[in-house]
Amino acid sequence: MIDLKNVSRVYQVGSGKVYALNKATLHIDAGEFVSIVGPSGSGKSTLMNIIGCLDIADSGTYLLDGIPIEDYTETELAKIRNRKIGFVFQSFNLIDKLTAEENVELPLIYRGVGKAERKARVAEVLERVGLTKWSHHLPTELSGGQQQRVAIARAIVTKPSLILGDEPTGNLDSKTTGEIMEIFRELHEQGNTIMLITHDQEIAEQASRIIHIRDGVLSEVSI
Amino acid sequence: MIQSFKMALKSIAGNKLRSFLTMLGIIIGVMALVILVSLVSGATGSVTDSIFSLGSNLLTVTISDDKGAPINLQTLNEWMEKDGIGLIAPSGETSATARYEGNSGSVTVYGTTPPYETINGLSLLLGRFIKSSDVDNHTNVAVINETAATELIGYTDCIGEEVSLDGVKFTVVGLLEDDEKSLTAVFGRGSVVAYIPYTSLMRLSSEATSNITSFSVSAETDMATAEAAVTSLLMERFDQDDDAFTVSSRDMLEDAMSDVTSVLMILLGSIAGISLIVGGIGIMNIMLVTVTERTREIGIRKAIGAGRGVILQQFLLESVVLCMFGCAIGVFLSWAVLRIISVVVSSLSISFSLEWNVVLIAVGFCFLIGIVFGLYPANKAAKMEPVEALRYGG
Repeated sequence: MIDLKNVSRVYQVGSGKVYALNKATLHIDAGEFVSIVGPSGSGKSTLMNIIGCLDIADSGTYLLDGIPIEDYTETELAKIRNRKIGFVFQSFNLIDKLTAEENVELPLIYRGVGKAERKARVAEVLERVGLTKWSHHLPTELSGGQQQRVAIARAIVTKPSLILGDEPTGNLDSKTTGEIMEIFRELHEQGNTIMLITHDQEIAEQASRIIHIRDGVLSEVSI
Repeated sequence: MIQSFKMALKSIAGNKLRSFLTMLGIIIGVMALVILVSLVSGATGSVTDSIFSLGSNLLTVTISDDKGAPINLQTLNEWMEKDGIGLIAPSGETSATARYEGNSGSVTVYGTTPPYETINGLSLLLGRFIKSSDVDNHTNVAVINETAATELIGYTDCIGEEVSLDGVKFTVVGLLEDDEKSLTAVFGRGSVVAYIPYTSLMRLSSEATSNITSFSVSAETDMATAEAAVTSLLMERFDQDDDAFTVSSRDMLEDAMSDVTSVLMILLGSIAGISLIVGGIGIMNIMLVTVTERTREIGIRKAIGAGRGVILQQFLLESVVLCMFGCAIGVFLSWAVLRIISVVVSSLSISFSLEWNVVLIAVGFCFLIGIVFGLYPANKAAKMEPVEALRYGG
């Protein structure tokens, strides 16, 4: 489902070049639960941005569901992100002025889903993350764990091919971390493809497959 | 689209003070445009009305240089017989101090002949107008208007009373209805008026002599014929020199008036337009700040699937909504201000109402400003790289 071949991303720093990603090759099948582990500055975020279609590789090929990503314009990429990727960020990245419900609804609005269907799907995913009671609250009125659950609801409401978590538990305490990881495990059991990026070995080990990244180079650890 | 509209309203409401200050430029611009143009058109309306009330069969002739061939009452009587010309009446004007018992006041005195009443469409309430015999005999009789009667004598039933004008006693023989639509009444001054025989005026004031410098003419059949007839008579008398006199008709006054007002409207309109553009620059400035402040939000929206077009539309709509809000407030305030002005100057009988044409122009202009000045900030937002935007401030 995800097929990276010799993907590199180079940043110009001063007069030298820094390889944030150096000939990375990676294959992930549908239904897998993968974690990418590495220290900060290892190129994890770059990898996530490329897999999440937020950024384009300088060289190599990336096929997402068989679609070669580097051929698309920005607006087409936005469409692909909307349909195929669900993002869960470390800092939640909810829109402050919108209620939990409206935040979850937003990707469906961008997709052009009708109002009745939107409402039904939003209610369904909010129930799934256990926030039905909080649907009319603003993010600032919610706890970190609740905000992250809204973010997960927003990520799954479009039924994406891939749920992409960038340090999703990085800002949470251990109890809430446990709750959030439980939701990810459930989503995996229901057949979703999940990719978590983390620097926390413990979180990483909850996945069925662990990939290490260091200085832009990937290496797989078999469990 | 509806969603973007709701978002725009939310974001404007989310920062009320800033939104209001931003709108202030537009509000002031719209008020300037609507109020100024409405005032001009209100004033023009009443002046045009008063020009209209001068009557359609009226020409006014002013002589600036008599070339040694002055016109006197005899000449006018001869000219009245000519084809195309109806009636002719001289008009001399002076201002005098009127006294009646203990009261005194300034009065505008017109010296004329009987046809004046018909030519100018005056309406008598009591008594009679000046007669030919009064003119022949230099009789000291006066026809006064209602204002003069009430202000000077104290009551309107004043036929037979004696009023002194600059020390000369005149008997009041007639009472005229106030001409509310006259130019002088519009501007609220000099409405105390007395008409006396032209010959009596010659004795009263050195400004009037037997050489008549101003007279009014009515048409026998139509204006154009009368104007041609009068002009040819004057040309003949003054050696074909058309600089020696002017013949003006209501049409000419109207034309001149509309020229003046359209220039005035364009001038005021462009000044107000400039202030609207300044308001637009304010909108652009604050939209740029908003886009920078919301960089992260733009990143989030892009990550979950908003393309360039969607972001562009969102910020463009916000700037247009901001402008239209300002416009609506401006129109409302203009309406309120015009109502207040109308009440304050109600004595002038001029109606200052909202000019809907101008309101439409203001709305259209505001919309355009919202688009033009919103385009650059919205485009800046739309072109942000999602990765960069998401990293911003976090």
